[in-house]
Amino acid sequence: MDLSNLMHNYPEAVSMILFAIGFSNLLLQKNLIKKIIGLNIMDTAMYLFLALKGYIVGRSAPIVTDGVQSVEAYINPIPAGLVLTGIVVSVSVSALMLSLTIRLYRRFHTLNLDEISTMLKKEGL
Amino acid sequence: MSRKISEESYRKTRSFRLHQWFTGEKDLFLDQVEMKPQEPFTESKKVKKKREKEKQKMLDQIYNLERNRKTGPFQTLYRVVSVLFCICMVSLFLVAVSYLPPLGDAGNPANNEVPQRYIENGLQETGAVNIVTGMILDYRAFDTLGESHVLFIATCAVLILLRLDGNKKKLQEEEASDSAHEPENDVILQTVAKIVVPPIMIFGIYVILGGHLGPGGGFSGGAIIGAGLILYLNAFGFEKTERFFTAKTYKWMCFGALGCYCLAKSYSFFTGANHIESIIPLGTPGAILSSGLILILNICVGIVVAGTMYTFYVMFRKGGF
Repeated sequence: MDLSNLMHNYPEAVSMILFAIGFSNLLLQKNLIKKIIGLNIMDTAMYLFLALKGYIVGRSAPIVTDGVQSVEAYINPIPAGLVLTGIVVSVSVSALMLSLTIRLYRRFHTLNLDEISTMLKKEGL
Repeated sequence: MSRKISEESYRKTRSFRLHQWFTGEKDLFLDQVEMKPQEPFTESKKVKKKREKEKQKMLDQIYNLERNRKTGPFQTLYRVVSVLFCICMVSLFLVAVSYLPPLGDAGNPANNEVPQRYIENGLQETGAVNIVTGMILDYRAFDTLGESHVLFIATCAVLILLRLDGNKKKLQEEEASDSAHEPENDVILQTVAKIVVPPIMIFGIYVILGGHLGPGGGFSGGAIIGAGLILYLNAFGFEKTERFFTAKTYKWMCFGALGCYCLAKSYSFFTGANHIESIIPLGTPGAILSSGLILILNICVGIVVAGTMYTFYVMFRKGGF
């Protein structure tokens, strides 16, 4: 383990810790809405990681200014496009999960996963 | 200079009223803002008995000592194991991060010939000043078409799950219960919305139209316009918005935008694959009417995203429009 490199890559380490926070939220919370929030935190950590992969120190955003078109002037534009795709998919998935949660709430009048599974067991499902 | 004034004249000043309002003696805006007194929660005896019985039964099941003795250790074990698993996972990730190439270095393997090609030839080939827009709406336009369809399909799924269709009575009930504890005409919200909504809309249109010239594009601009529509809906209610935006409008808007996108990209794929000269000029870079099809595609994506955001909100709040 290269500790000095880890210290230099601390934003990436932060994104990994965020990912783990989201994942532990997903495992430990019983409320469905909080589980969805955990999944969204994981998404955000991934965007941070991808955006950091394209960053180069001392270069500007990839918008051509003053006709300068050399690679030395701009950061990598590809991760930005990938993050855009990720955001759209994450919005759609969260909307789908929230609507399923609303359906569950209408049926069982609770968001607690334990109570829902107890009720399901009571109904013999 | 301070001077002493009599009690009578002090009572007429604004600072006295402000002080009264601050200490809670008298509301400054009493009788000026529409307020709805909240009714106490009532239910019939039978319903209450049934509800309490059900709840007690469920709580007995959950807090059943006999059962808890069996499942309690498992619950603790589950928590401990999941925390340990997360710690293991994050330490593995951190070890991996420590072996990653240094952040922000120009010689990293991600900075290979692909971004070089996009940066050096992007402006000439697509005409867009913003290289990311040129990339996602020209080189990778098929991918963006897929993204727009993902949004459209997500809206369709939400409509299927939440729409209270063909049940007028239930829809009216839902609408009544939706604003049961709120004033119908909230003066503060309406005034703020009157001031803020037009700039939001104009800013959203600016972000969409300037997508090929600077930061922005269809996705961000569409999200801004959708947020403006949601604010308008919250301030003025469903009657106002349903005059110009219903499920039918959404359907035709999305169909039109996605169809326009498909047609435009089909043309450019056809001409590109057969080495035919495209009749769409690239224009001068930096002008608003430039960069070929990118402006049209940005507008199409913006329409789809704005409609999608608004429809998600309406579905979650009322279940049909």
